[in-house]
Amino acid sequence: MDPIIILQAGVASGTVLLFATLGEIFAERAGVLNLGVEGMMLIGAMSAFGVTVATGNGGLGLVVAMLMAGALSLLHGLVTIHFQADQVVSGLALTFLGVGLSLVFGEGLNKAGAISLLPIYTVPGLSAIPFLGPILFTKQSVMVYLGYLLLPAAWFYINHTRPGMHLRAVGENPTAADAMGLNVYRLRYLYVCVGGMLAGLAGGTISLAISPGWFSELTTGGQGWIAIGLVIFAQWDPWRAAFGSYAFGALRRLILDIQGPTTLFGFANPFYYNPYWGFFLQMLPYAFTIFVLIIGSREALRKRLGAPAALGIPYVRGERGI
Amino acid sequence: MTPTASRRNYQLPFTIRIEPRLNVPRWLAPLVSVGAIVVALLLGAVVLKLVGGDPLAAYAHIGRAAFGDIGVFSDTLVKATPLIMVGLACSVAFRMKLWNIGAEGQFYMGALGASAVILSGLVPETASRPVTIAVMLVAGMLCGAAWGLIPGWLKAQLRVNEIITTLMMNYIAVALVNFFVFAVWSEGGFQMSKTFQKAAWLPRLADYAKEFTAFRGLTTHFGLVFGVLAAVVAWYILYRSLWGYEIRLIGDNARAAEYAGINITRNTVLVMMLSGALAGLAGVSEIAGVVHRLQTSISPGYGFTGIIIAWLAKLNPLVVIPVSILFGGLILAGREIQPSGVPRLIQGIILFMLIASEVLLRYRIRIVRTAAVGTEA
Amino acid sequence: MADSFLAVEMRGIVKRFPGVLANDHVDFDLRAGEIHALLGENGAGKSTLMSVLAGLYKPEAGAILVHGQPAQFNSPRDAIARGLGMIHQHFTLVPSQTVTENILLGLDEPRFLMRLPNYDKRMAELGTRFGLQITPQAKVWQLTVGEQQRVEILKMLYRGVQVLIMDEPTAVLAPQEIEELFKTLRAMAGEGKSIVFISHKLNEVMAIADRITVLRHGRVTAAGLRSADTSKAELAKLMVGRTVLFDLDKKPQAPGEAVLTLDGVCADNDKGRPALRNVSLAVRAGEIVGVAGVAGNGQSELAEVITGLRHCTAGRVLVQGEDITNRPARLAIHKGVAHVPEDRAHVGSAPNLSITDNVIMKSYRHPPLAKGGSLDRSAARRNAERLKEEYAILAPSVDTPVRLLSGGNLQRVILARELSAKPQLLIAMQPTRGLDVGAIEGVQRLLLTQREAGAAVLLVSEELEEIFALSDRIVVLYEGEIAGEITEHDPEAIGLMMTGGKRRTGG
Repeated sequence: MDPIIILQAGVASGTVLLFATLGEIFAERAGVLNLGVEGMMLIGAMSAFGVTVATGNGGLGLVVAMLMAGALSLLHGLVTIHFQADQVVSGLALTFLGVGLSLVFGEGLNKAGAISLLPIYTVPGLSAIPFLGPILFTKQSVMVYLGYLLLPAAWFYINHTRPGMHLRAVGENPTAADAMGLNVYRLRYLYVCVGGMLAGLAGGTISLAISPGWFSELTTGGQGWIAIGLVIFAQWDPWRAAFGSYAFGALRRLILDIQGPTTLFGFANPFYYNPYWGFFLQMLPYAFTIFVLIIGSREALRKRLGAPAALGIPYVRGERGI
Repeated sequence: MTPTASRRNYQLPFTIRIEPRLNVPRWLAPLVSVGAIVVALLLGAVVLKLVGGDPLAAYAHIGRAAFGDIGVFSDTLVKATPLIMVGLACSVAFRMKLWNIGAEGQFYMGALGASAVILSGLVPETASRPVTIAVMLVAGMLCGAAWGLIPGWLKAQLRVNEIITTLMMNYIAVALVNFFVFAVWSEGGFQMSKTFQKAAWLPRLADYAKEFTAFRGLTTHFGLVFGVLAAVVAWYILYRSLWGYEIRLIGDNARAAEYAGINITRNTVLVMMLSGALAGLAGVSEIAGVVHRLQTSISPGYGFTGIIIAWLAKLNPLVVIPVSILFGGLILAGREIQPSGVPRLIQGIILFMLIASEVLLRYRIRIVRTAAVGTEA
Repeated sequence: MADSFLAVEMRGIVKRFPGVLANDHVDFDLRAGEIHALLGENGAGKSTLMSVLAGLYKPEAGAILVHGQPAQFNSPRDAIARGLGMIHQHFTLVPSQTVTENILLGLDEPRFLMRLPNYDKRMAELGTRFGLQITPQAKVWQLTVGEQQRVEILKMLYRGVQVLIMDEPTAVLAPQEIEELFKTLRAMAGEGKSIVFISHKLNEVMAIADRITVLRHGRVTAAGLRSADTSKAELAKLMVGRTVLFDLDKKPQAPGEAVLTLDGVCADNDKGRPALRNVSLAVRAGEIVGVAGVAGNGQSELAEVITGLRHCTAGRVLVQGEDITNRPARLAIHKGVAHVPEDRAHVGSAPNLSITDNVIMKSYRHPPLAKGGSLDRSAARRNAERLKEEYAILAPSVDTPVRLLSGGNLQRVILARELSAKPQLLIAMQPTRGLDVGAIEGVQRLLLTQREAGAAVLLVSEELEEIFALSDRIVVLYEGEIAGEITEHDPEAIGLMMTGGKRRTGG
């Protein structure tokens, strides 16, 4: 029950949620709701693991994971952007598709890798910073460091660049964007694909770095859904998304660690003596997601802010009325 | 008006235009659905081939193993029974655009509730079958309803996205059932409780094999009757009752419903409770009709299949019945197909194709002959 | 005429939508430095024609020439590149972004990094140069409608458009703001820019345009008339095809008791800002009270407070003496309050449900439609067929989903529903918006019939002519307050009140 260890592990497993959440933020900012994140992550996890085990090249595995997940998300894009189907149901279908495909193609991959397939680094110098050093910069997978870079990059892109401004415009008022010459369809496809690829990356991070191996659906354990919830909590802002992701990561580690010691804060540890109470601990991440959603929703209601205005609404040119 | 546009390139004598449909012929919707399923099965076959399976053999096997003879058809009906009720649960909620993805969790809670009244001794072992079953039904449906109430209330009062809340509740329900199975009612340390008394068993056709020899070995149980009854009730509610009118109106245009004076908050909660109760009923049916005890894995994802069933049935409660039988067969026969993810994959492809095919109902293709520039076809 | 004079030429334009031929071999030409009005009633095809010119739609046939050179537009971007820009009726602005960001929307500059402070300065300078004052850092949702329109114009000017198309620009402006706009337009024309002014308002067209082209049912009925050479009567005839007689035969009658009383009502809008401040008003049986005012001054909130759809932060709403403040909408409906909403499609009807289902929206709870807990479908159907006949709703059958109906027919469905309940109080919000002349007349007659039958009618309309023609009394709503009330036909007084000028009471 060492807080440093918990936070360190939290940052590691939180990176998975971070990638998935950032990806979904991109898609939703463009106005497309993609509920298929869980399926994308599973496809990513399976492909990454499979390819890496076969070729020995972790980087290749990640690339394939991103490609597969991105391709699948383009299907969702086609159905929702061009065919204007309901985004909710299409996302659900995508989840089923992703789950099904990963189970079928992942058959036989059930060999748990005992070692992480991606390199782990400790950053000299930075790891010596008191408190933060051991958490952020010591013995973390390369994916974690990638997360540190992706986070500010995403924030900067969305808020301080021209393409980022166009992204936001497409999600807020696609009619305006279209009238000003932006190709709304193409941009939406692009960001749905980006979202899918990041979800695939998240999946690959699990199977190659955080919990190496392929365990069918248990590989992701609902994290894709948690990511979608985190987007709302984050109010579509990358920094808040990071806070939520790392916090959840820490929570997952806490749940594991809390069952170990015989005493807890000086009292007998109820989780040690009643191992079945572990089931209630298992519920925590999911209950927490609900809690976090409530916070996010109340804030949105209060500040009268909220989702990108055109989120979930298919864009059809000419619907303005002639 | 003399046309003066110059033609620099050769143009085809016709153009293909895609335009919104003004009316949808009645025969088109079922045709499109069937077409979608056929295409889905073809795609599934392709995937099967890719992983080294034999699609023809697999599909033939499904056909035989699900509908081949009375015995297997009876087993198919057993699988279809909970699917009907879960499909109803999803249909009712989706009608109001409430995306209840939590039918799986509500199913588990229904099973838990029904089991609890037996295992806790609330219903004495000496009680008659009708009484026992009745109490199990009430308890199971109440638990399912409660599990639907929570996300429903959150959505109604705080606008919390019900997709995620209902989904999270799934995981919580499963963990809760696990707890009770392992920690409270475990039989000999295994992951199941003791078997229930006979009074808690729903009658099966096979029970009457002495009177009707044809019923020998048929596992179809009374839960099917519950399912069909529930479908009829749901149909009546949606299409004939005042409440159903309100539900349909809210689902089509919530703002108009508000303007018409309908209380959206109250209906959100009530419909989620109804939906949860229906899914809970499925859980009771499975416990009382099939497994006869509480165990950790009661559902191979019925709750999620229910979503697909509801969509395929176009949210019509009566159509849910035959669709559930179809999927029941798929699940039953699919257990023996390798790889094990195939039935799930096919379900996913079916749902996807269904959604993709709906575009054909909204748009149509017109081939327009452009005889000469400046004149319209 | 010499081609170089012509900024734009459109020849033989044909544009078709499913079920509708919007432009039927239309010719149109525009000279440099002129203000050319495109006149026609709602649905005549004016916006469509200009949308084709602006690159939004591709015509089925026809040609476009810009400065004598042929032009093919695949998107609005192409049109803007050739100097043609359109400002739509519904602004194409992103509310959550700043003025500068909106002006830059869709451009290839800045290349990657947004260096907003530089651009803010540039935008401010541009505004000063054209006499359009703006605050570059302000977020668009904070601006008034008139200010938003200025942003739209600047957007086009920044892109160097030479031809500016404005679609019904005065619909959302008060009379004084309209004058400002006209000044701006004349200045721009003076600099050699050409302006196309789409409108259905005869007065304005006569006031601002150099030349006028009239469209009716997708065809040109008069091309390039000089405004000096024609008259309102002639234009009206060209627009409508017959001499327009708006003779509604409104008989004077003495009003009865007050049916609706508002006493110091205050309410907030969706953004939490005050929308109604201390509104006190009475509408009596057998009278029509018209509410004039530019959209956005609290009219929607007023209707919502009366019908129970919005919370009242202070004050009371009384219908027939009974206090219904903040009670559910159902009670208002029960007390005989009928509401014809502004937004027919998104509030007033359920698009995918049938006419039958739509028409019973307010009455389904009571017999004969309700039998116990269930709906008597044959009674509902009979009811719908009777109303379809009575209100002349054109549709294949009562089972037709209402999203397939035209605007006029949809309004008839809504009116059938609201009026068949013989309401005591009718709240009519923009009831004739977007309808063709025949439908407009029909609706106005219905309102007068209700008045004669003794109903109290609150009419909110942006068409001043309509308000004058129908109302017994007129109040003006400005920034959530009653700015004044008059009974005589005095457009100037009303105009002043609509822009926050003198307050007047009595009449």
